[in-house]
Amino acid sequence: MRDDLNTSTIHIKNGRLIDPKNGVDAQSDLFIVAGRIAAIGQAPANFTPTRTLDASGCIVCPGLVDLSTRLPGLESELSAAVAGGVTAVACPPDTKPPLDEPGLVERMIRRSDALGLARVYPIGALTQQLAGEKLAEMASLTRAGCIAFSQAKQPIFDTQVLLRAMQYAATYGYAIRLQPQDHYLARDGVAHDGEVASRLGLAGIPVCAETVAIAIACLLAKETGVRLHLARLSSAAGVALVREAKRNGLKVTCDVSIHHLHLSEVDIGYFDSLARFDPPLRSGSDRDALRAAAADGLAAVCSDHTPVDEDGKLLPFAEALVGASGLELLLPLTLKWAEEAKLPLLTALARVTCDPADILGIAAGSLAVGRPADICIFDPNEPWRLTPECLRSQGKNTPFMGYEMTGRVRTTLVEGRVVFEI
Amino acid sequence: MHNPQLNDHGELTHLLSTDGLPREILTQILDIASSFLEVSDRDVKKVPLLRGKSVFNLFFENSTRTRTTFEIAAKRLSADVINLDVGRSSTAKGETLLDTIDNLVAMHADMFVVRHGSSGAPYLIVDHLHRIGRTDVHVVNAGDGRHAHPTQGLLDMYTIRHYKKDFANLTVAIVGDILHSRVARSDIHALTTLGVGEVRAVGPQTLLPTALEKMGVRVCHDLQDGLKGCDVVIMLRLQNERMNGTLLPSAREYFSCYGLTPKTLALAKPDAIVMHPGPMNRGVEIDSEVADGPQAVILPQVTFGIAVRMAVMSILAGN
Repeated sequence: MRDDLNTSTIHIKNGRLIDPKNGVDAQSDLFIVAGRIAAIGQAPANFTPTRTLDASGCIVCPGLVDLSTRLPGLESELSAAVAGGVTAVACPPDTKPPLDEPGLVERMIRRSDALGLARVYPIGALTQQLAGEKLAEMASLTRAGCIAFSQAKQPIFDTQVLLRAMQYAATYGYAIRLQPQDHYLARDGVAHDGEVASRLGLAGIPVCAETVAIAIACLLAKETGVRLHLARLSSAAGVALVREAKRNGLKVTCDVSIHHLHLSEVDIGYFDSLARFDPPLRSGSDRDALRAAAADGLAAVCSDHTPVDEDGKLLPFAEALVGASGLELLLPLTLKWAEEAKLPLLTALARVTCDPADILGIAAGSLAVGRPADICIFDPNEPWRLTPECLRSQGKNTPFMGYEMTGRVRTTLVEGRVVFEI
Repeated sequence: MHNPQLNDHGELTHLLSTDGLPREILTQILDIASSFLEVSDRDVKKVPLLRGKSVFNLFFENSTRTRTTFEIAAKRLSADVINLDVGRSSTAKGETLLDTIDNLVAMHADMFVVRHGSSGAPYLIVDHLHRIGRTDVHVVNAGDGRHAHPTQGLLDMYTIRHYKKDFANLTVAIVGDILHSRVARSDIHALTTLGVGEVRAVGPQTLLPTALEKMGVRVCHDLQDGLKGCDVVIMLRLQNERMNGTLLPSAREYFSCYGLTPKTLALAKPDAIVMHPGPMNRGVEIDSEVADGPQAVILPQVTFGIAVRMAVMSILAGN
C-alpha cells in the first residue's frame, strides 16, 4: 500500500468542505498528492488524478479523531474506526496486559501500522500495572510512542502518588489524563445516585465522587503545572468545576462521551445493562450541562468505544460489564446532537476533529494544505437503521440498537489512501 | 416503555414489582387472595388450579421462610414444586443464570419463583424467555437485591385492607433501613397506587435512598414525627452487618432513636397496627412488648402471605 503513496493523486470534487480548524465551510474541491493535501479549490499545476471521488451531496471533513478507543481486536476495531470516518484513535492503557512496557507500545503501533487503517496513538500507563503505586517508565514509553499517560479507569488511592506522577510528567511536559472518580465515594455503585437508582434498588454513585476527584486533580495540576485532561465528565457540577478552574487560568481540557450527550439515567429503563456506563448516565439536567459544555467548546466529544461481548451484558445490571460500542456511532450521534442543539456543523465537527487532535497534540483534524490527507466523506442526510450486522466492531453492545440514524460515511482516506468506501 | 410484567392485553403474566402495576390488578390479586384464605382452613387444603404444572423455586439467595411460603402456596394449588438451591449447585460450577434457566425450561418448567441477590435479575430472565419465544413460562419475583419483593408488598396490602378496610385517608409509616429494603420499595409503590393518604419514610439519612420523595413519600428523620397519628406502622429488619459501621454507630443507638416501643407506639393512633416482614430483631428495631402486643399483626401477615401467593400464581397461570 505504502508504495502507491508517491504516485497516487486524488481529486475529491463537488463536496461541501467543512474544516473547523481553519474555519472553512464552503463548496470546494480538494486535491491530494503523495498522501498529503496538495490544494483546495484550484488544482495544483500539472495535476492528473489517478482517481476522482465525486462527493456531490456529501460533506468532506477531516477524519475524526477519537480520544478513547478500546481495541480488543486490532483489525476489527480499526476497520470499525474507518467505517465510522475515524482516522485517528487514542487507546487507553487498560489493555491486557496494561500498556506499561515500551515493548507493548511498540508492538501495538507496529501492528496497527501494518494494517494501514486508522492511526493508533497509545496512551501509556501512569503507574506500573495501573496499580496506582509505582510510576511507569514514562520517558521510555514516550520514546516508544505514547502521547499521554493515564490510569484508564483504575484508581490511585494514595494522593501522594498522584502528586508525584504529575510532578514527574510535568518535568518532561507529558500530558496526564484522568477519569475523575473518587474510588471510595463510588464504591459498589453501579448507577447515578438519583431517582432511577433509588427506584430500581441499584447502588448509587453520587455526583460528589466526580467533583471531589476533579477538585483534587485541578489543585494538584496547579501545584505541579502538569498538562491535565479530564476524561468523561458526567455531571453539571463537574462541568462547573472545570469551567471555574479554566477561568482561574488552569490549563485543563476535558471531554464527554457521545453517549452521555444523548442518554440519561432514565434510559436504564427496566435494568437495561446496555445503559450501564462508567461514569454512570446521570440526570437530564446533568446531560443538558454536558451538552452545553460540548457546544461552547469546553469539552471535546469522544466515542469511549468499549466493545463487550454478549455474555458480558447478559447479566443482572450490577454484574454486567460497563460501556458501549461507539466508533461507528460517533459521527451520526454527533450529527444528531448538532441538529437537536441547532449547532452549525462547523462547531459540532470541531469537537470530534480538531479539538481532540489538539488535546492529543497530534497533527490531525485539519484540511490545511500540506497536512496528511486523513479525510472523511459522508452523506449528512442518508438514513440508516442500526443493526448488529452493520457494525464492524466486535462489540454489538449499544443502547442505540434498532435506532434510525442519519448521516453515513461514504469514503474514508488515511494518508491519501482510500481505506473505506461504500 | 413496555411493561415486562404485562402481556399485550394488559394482563399480568409475570409478577416482578408492584411498581407500574395498575390499581385494578393490585385489587384483583387482593380479592382473589381473599377467596383463597378459606382454603387454608379446610380439612383438605387444596384446589386443583395448578394441577400438572411445575413450579420451580429458584433461590440464588438463601431464604427458608420465603421459599417455604411459596412452596406451600404452590402445593395448595396442586402444582408440582421443585426446590433448587442454586446458590450451592450449578452457579457454583460456573453456569450462568441464563444457562440455568435454559436447562429448567427444557425440563418443562411452567413457572419460576426467583430470589436473587442482584436487583433486576428476574427482568433478565423474563427478557430471555421472550428472546427464546417461551412467553408461556411465568416468573414471580421472590426478592431481587434491594429492588422489589412484590408478594411481600401485596401481603402487606392485604393485611392493611383486612384491618383498615379502605386505603383512602390512611397514614402509613415505614421505619428503618429503607435504602437496602426491597420490601419498603414494594410497599411504597403499592400504597401510592392504592391511594393511601400519606406514606412516611422514617430513618436516618444513611438508611434512606436519594430522592425518595420522588416516590411519593414524606421523609421523616425523627421517629416521633413519623409515627404521630398514623394508622399503620411497618417496621423493617435491620441486617446485622449494617448495625455498626458507617451507616450506624451501633444497634443500641439505633434502638434508642428508631426502635418501636410501647412509648413511641403511643404516638400513633390508638388502633394503629404494627407490621414487620420478619424475621424480627427484638430489641433492635422493635421491643418485644410491641411485637407480642395487641396491635401487632405480624403473624396474620404470614397467614395472608400464603393466600396472596396462591392468588398471584393462579392469576399468572391463567393469563
